[in-house]
Amino acid sequence: MPVRQAGIYINKIMSHQNYITGKHKYMNPYMAGIILGLVLLLSFYLTGRGLGASGAMKSVVVTTVNTASHENAANSHFYSKYISDGKNPMNSWLVFQVLGVLVGGFLSGALSGRLKLKTEHAPVITKKRRILMAIAGGALFGFGSQFGRGCTSGAALSGMATLSLAGFVTMIAIFGTAYLVAYFFRKNWI
Amino acid sequence: MGPVIPVYEISQELNFLIAFIIGIGFGFALEQAGFSSSRKLAGMFYGYDTTVLKVFFTAAIVAMIGLVFLNYFEMIDMGIVYVNEYYINSAIIGGVIMGVGFIVGGFCPGTSVCAAAIGKIDAMAYLGGSLIGIFLFGETYSWWEKVYNINYLGGIKLSTALGISDGLMVFLVIAAAVLMFWVGEWAEKKFKRPDISKEL
Repeated sequence: MPVRQAGIYINKIMSHQNYITGKHKYMNPYMAGIILGLVLLLSFYLTGRGLGASGAMKSVVVTTVNTASHENAANSHFYSKYISDGKNPMNSWLVFQVLGVLVGGFLSGALSGRLKLKTEHAPVITKKRRILMAIAGGALFGFGSQFGRGCTSGAALSGMATLSLAGFVTMIAIFGTAYLVAYFFRKNWI
Repeated sequence: MGPVIPVYEISQELNFLIAFIIGIGFGFALEQAGFSSSRKLAGMFYGYDTTVLKVFFTAAIVAMIGLVFLNYFEMIDMGIVYVNEYYINSAIIGGVIMGVGFIVGGFCPGTSVCAAAIGKIDAMAYLGGSLIGIFLFGETYSWWEKVYNINYLGGIKLSTALGISDGLMVFLVIAAAVLMFWVGEWAEKKFKRPDISKEL
């Protein structure tokens, strides 16, 4: 398979060493947290808003639905909010920000020798099961992010930075629930 | 005076360029921290790797302190800065669903983008799944519309709700975070899994 060969080739040229930290595989988590916090602060200072992710995915979904059937989208109380007055949902701040995340993640992975086609899972489960779980988890998170008006980035992290009550509640709900149900999904990870 | 873009009415093209550059910083920081690995993220919930806790709370504290000081030195108009609006029911229901999605899928939307960027196939599957989930919400919105909009409290701050100053609130969050960092470091020793950590 050409994709597989391309993957092996990329692995060969990229997986040598971490140019950022020199020795360790990942950056010190507190250091990475400071950098992330400064990026978040810069976002507030420049735009008055924090970071986000699920909002850009919503733009993709709204655009797809609107292209498939404009009538459907215009009649829905959900989609119509984002396409009224001929607005283009892809013309949004978050879409460009998430494109930046793709580039930033790729650059970091390249500089740290981590570019590799790979599926991560505990040894006791199959790759297929991991992929199915990832799709299911993504669907739940996507659904929840719309219900909760933002995900870990937009609602929890950015919300906490402005001391918003919504941010703290969403953060506790996300992490608290994950802790409560973690036991039942342990085979997928450990 | 910040926030720069709304105050100085910067053009949309420049605004989007800034979005792209901020995104690069965001993705870079997430990937360097190791948020591109689902087993590293999941480690948070089993104790063997608490990177999520450390990065997440350090970032929140840095931004929090930064905003308090920018406000103090009158370098930012906090009246324009967006404070998330609180709808009691939807924030909790959404958060609970996201929590299950986190442990089932191993990512959150932001980390899945950054992991997909370095070639994680499970992250690409997760991204596809999240589009499906958003689509399902859009299609069934009329079922949830009522509960989605009830108990609206506006852009209320935790400090306001508790009746304390923002400065004291930030101090309390820092104190709580330091305590959690200590628990995190302890957990990583207590629940350590060298077999997993070596692979990550």
